[in-house]
Amino acid sequence: MVYPIFFSLYLSFSQYSGFGSPVWIGLDNYTQLLGDDVFWKSLYNTVYYMVLAVPFGIMVSMIMAIAMNQKLREVFIYRAILYLPSVLPLFALSFIFIWLMNPRYGLFNLALVNLGLPSINWLGDPKWAKFSIVLLAQMGAGATALIFLAGLRAIPQDLYDAARIDGAGAVRRFFSITLPLMTPVILYAVILGITLGLQVFIQSYIMTEGGPNQSTLFYVYYLYQNGFSYSQMGYASAMAWILFVVTLILSIGIFRWSRSWVHYELS
Amino acid sequence: MSSQTADAKAIRPQRSARQIRKNIIARLTLILLCALFLTPLYWMVVTALKSDQELSQFPPTLIPHDPQWSNFAEAVTFIPFGTYLWNSSVITFFSILGAVISNPIIAYGFSRIQWPGRDKVFYFVIATIFIPFPVLMVALFDIFARIGWVNTFLPLIVPMFFGNPFWIFLIRQFMMQIPNEISDAARVDGANELQVFYRIILPLCKPAIAVVAIFAAVHAWNDFLGPLIYLQSESKYTLAIGLQFFRSLHDVEFSLLMAASTLVVLPIIAIFLVFQQFFVEGLSVGSVKG
Repeated sequence: MVYPIFFSLYLSFSQYSGFGSPVWIGLDNYTQLLGDDVFWKSLYNTVYYMVLAVPFGIMVSMIMAIAMNQKLREVFIYRAILYLPSVLPLFALSFIFIWLMNPRYGLFNLALVNLGLPSINWLGDPKWAKFSIVLLAQMGAGATALIFLAGLRAIPQDLYDAARIDGAGAVRRFFSITLPLMTPVILYAVILGITLGLQVFIQSYIMTEGGPNQSTLFYVYYLYQNGFSYSQMGYASAMAWILFVVTLILSIGIFRWSRSWVHYELS
Repeated sequence: MSSQTADAKAIRPQRSARQIRKNIIARLTLILLCALFLTPLYWMVVTALKSDQELSQFPPTLIPHDPQWSNFAEAVTFIPFGTYLWNSSVITFFSILGAVISNPIIAYGFSRIQWPGRDKVFYFVIATIFIPFPVLMVALFDIFARIGWVNTFLPLIVPMFFGNPFWIFLIRQFMMQIPNEISDAARVDGANELQVFYRIILPLCKPAIAVVAIFAAVHAWNDFLGPLIYLQSESKYTLAIGLQFFRSLHDVEFSLLMAASTLVVLPIIAIFLVFQQFFVEGLSVGSVKG
């Protein structure tokens, strides 16, 4: 783990096609990246995706967890069904979603048309393509929901009883008790979501090949192209190091920021 | 006194009525969500069973009129499915083997033996979780290329024999819960460290090791980026990479692709249904981390 990360740093200061030996070029790769429109585009796409996918995923998982927290006899069935898609291979789900989202023969548009809504060119329209990939990412929401469920079960029932006696309604109870006490688990989901969001690749590689109009050309996809399609391994390594630093800064930043909103009293 | 009991009786049905209403809402939400989450699998199977003619029917049919079971036979001959299946299985098998050998040994060193700086090193290992694979992939590729491992299964298998921070953490947490007296008693009886590990601790950690084995299997079977980078000749491809060959320049054989996808997904679903409890346990360790 340590050697590759420093080797990657060394490569990022070199020009290297994968053959022969790397030639030291100093900061050239980094200055070139700053002027590379596609680099900025891929960074923008990835941040856009993350900002959409992380809150959306947490909301979906929270709804699932709250529903599963009710005392239902057959809850283990729901738990299994909702968790299952998150262990399925992403490449297979991507292929399935191509067909689900097919503008003419897909199930999604069939549903929309039957509801009297206009059909959507899910993967072919730059406006919708990123959101389509966010939808696909929800297949993994069941795993987060189970972690949330464990968090919900750890909240003492007396808190709710006391609040109810004080006349707090369901919405008030959610925002004053559930949400604050769930913040440590939510922080975990945010960090995980961001780390995974920065790495989004397979979906666009299989479903859209970065298109349409580079709208799903994500950071790791462009890194992959540079390293393995264009044989610019030095350039790709510079991108890798920027990704590493961004991941680190974001994680540390969120941990710092979380001190102002995460409650640890009960956990 | 009697009026109080009467009050309680009056409140109780009201309360349970609210509970029932809540349960109905929860049930409806969950059933709707389950339906949504099963839709991709449903569409996969339905598409796998359609004939080409039915596939191009508009609007699309929800249930195949004339299920084409022969699609499955055609799918496994359209691409060298058997070769890919074998490759995926070999990689998965050795990944499990590597994971169940390396992670318990490393976790043992981080939990049952005292040595200076142990916990600092452990936190360092845990910190490497935050290094995403894409950060390392170019450098790793080059390192493996230099030792001639590219286009072999070795870059996918050998690292599994060096442990994975998540799984080390998982087994370590489990080992920490075993009282120290157990090891001490064995040592007093003259067992050496290896015997304590192999005879005493390892059998007690079976549930945690099972979780790791299952996660390693799913991880290897589902891996896409690793095989994409390291495997170059078609005879070495795994199922993850091989599925792309249902796509030609202009056309995708969707019914065959979905038939093959069904076959690829089936072992994962089977493992999930059999070992569901282990999957849930593996997750709960993840939540401890937060």
